[in-house]
Amino acid sequence: MDFLAVMLKYLPVLLMGAVITVEVTVASVFLGSIIGLFAGLARLSKNKLLYYPATAYVEFFRGTPLLVQIMILYFGIPQLAQSLLDISITMNPLGASIVACSINSGAYIAEIFRAGVQSIERGQMEAARSLGMSHFQAMRYIILPQAYKRVVPPLGNEFIAMLKDTSLLSVIGFEELMRRGQLIVAQTYQTFPVYLTAALLYLIMTFGISRWVAYMERRLKTGDSH
Amino acid sequence: MIVINGLYKNFGRLEVLKDINCKVNEQEVVVVIGPSGSGKSTMLRCINKLEDATKGQIVVDGIPLNSEANINAIRREVGMVFQRFNLFPHMTALQNISLAPMKVRKMDRAAAEKIARELLAKVGLSDKAGVYPEQLSGGQQQRVAIARALAMRPKIMLFDEPTSALDPEMVGEVLAVMKDLAREGMTMVVVTHEMGFAREVGDRVIFMDEGRIVEAGTPEQIFANPHNPRLKAFLSKIL
Ligand SMILES: Nc1ncnc2c1ncn2[C@@H]1O[C@H](COP(=O)(O)OP(=O)(O)OP(=O)(O)O)[C@@H](O)[C@H]1O
Ligand SMILES: [Mg+2]
Repeated sequence: MDFLAVMLKYLPVLLMGAVITVEVTVASVFLGSIIGLFAGLARLSKNKLLYYPATAYVEFFRGTPLLVQIMILYFGIPQLAQSLLDISITMNPLGASIVACSINSGAYIAEIFRAGVQSIERGQMEAARSLGMSHFQAMRYIILPQAYKRVVPPLGNEFIAMLKDTSLLSVIGFEELMRRGQLIVAQTYQTFPVYLTAALLYLIMTFGISRWVAYMERRLKTGDSH
Repeated sequence: MIVINGLYKNFGRLEVLKDINCKVNEQEVVVVIGPSGSGKSTMLRCINKLEDATKGQIVVDGIPLNSEANINAIRREVGMVFQRFNLFPHMTALQNISLAPMKVRKMDRAAAEKIARELLAKVGLSDKAGVYPEQLSGGQQQRVAIARALAMRPKIMLFDEPTSALDPEMVGEVLAVMKDLAREGMTMVVVTHEMGFAREVGDRVIFMDEGRIVEAGTPEQIFANPHNPRLKAFLSKIL
């Protein structure tokens, strides 16, 4: 059978997988941004009760492979619950996927936000504080609005990295793009054309994101100070 | 208005301020001079708690600087102008000035912007309300920064070398605004190398060296009749 014909034949199924990949990525980076904002600010705090837990979180999730994290969450946690509490839980692949990816992404995004805030000149915080603003107000009105522009490019990179990493979710049977490909290959043995199609779909998605980030970057630059 | 008693400040093992005692009365203009690294900025920054004193006591307008609540109360009463302006680059001149009255004094937008416009007029920049800092010259930025500090209606203004980062031709416009303020009776502490300003506007001059106040007096005494040899050396270099 002609490779091209195989590619076209399975394209619709793979495309549906790609849509799911995008959905999980968007949800995870979105939730990861919320987690990352708080964890990043906590990493900047002088309060040890905030700093140490946030640092432990960031170090653990950046220092261990996402694949292992997924396995622990999906297979490990149910076993733990069983043996400790004697309750049996079955994980939902979609839920587990989003949880695992959000928490992982949050650790990277925390560092992005921390670096963004630290890149703002110290005089900005001092000027805000000298006007009587609280630390929170200074962050909210002065520091974060400036930091957010510097955070866009690395956030774009995180988006691309996450999109590719969601392929790891295939190990728990979550039917994103990679898993769809595996299932087709298992039936048809058409390894090359199916995985090549998957690769091209990943490439199109990451390329789209990087174009979009470049566009945002340009827009933010032309209006740099506002 | 400001009373400083036995103030010490260390950065790690470095002793930057050593037993500073001084008093600033209401409506007084005190000019602080001294060589680089003598602790002038640090003393100023201790007065509004941008730095924590290592030892000693500071009382501003009757409020001792200790608890967090007091610190915010004091920061509202004490305006500060920085060498590098530190305007908020993502806001227009008008927004720079009206933000703190709205967020800290809880003024509504209309009232805060009215004050901001009045202050812009006062510093001679009525036509720059909608302009972002990067489009202003250094002298204009510093005048906006002064207006921003004044918008909180402070009782005391601290200036840390407000003209040192400016091109020479812009120094005059900033000093003029400061002179106006002094004439209106603002209590001011000014770190500066502008000796003309010190003579003309200063009620008292403090000379700092190596973290201590070495000599203090009227501008007359300090400039015409200095006693301390290091003050003499400093003046001979700068005048
Ligand atoms: N945050 C800091 N950490 C460590 N050392 C500091 C810090 N801020 C100031 N210093 C040191 O404290 C000393 C006094 O600094 P300060 O800025 O008060 O001097 P200054 O009189 O204002 O000097 P200049 O005329 O250069 O502005 C200097 O030796 C400086 O290096
Ligand atoms: Mg200084």
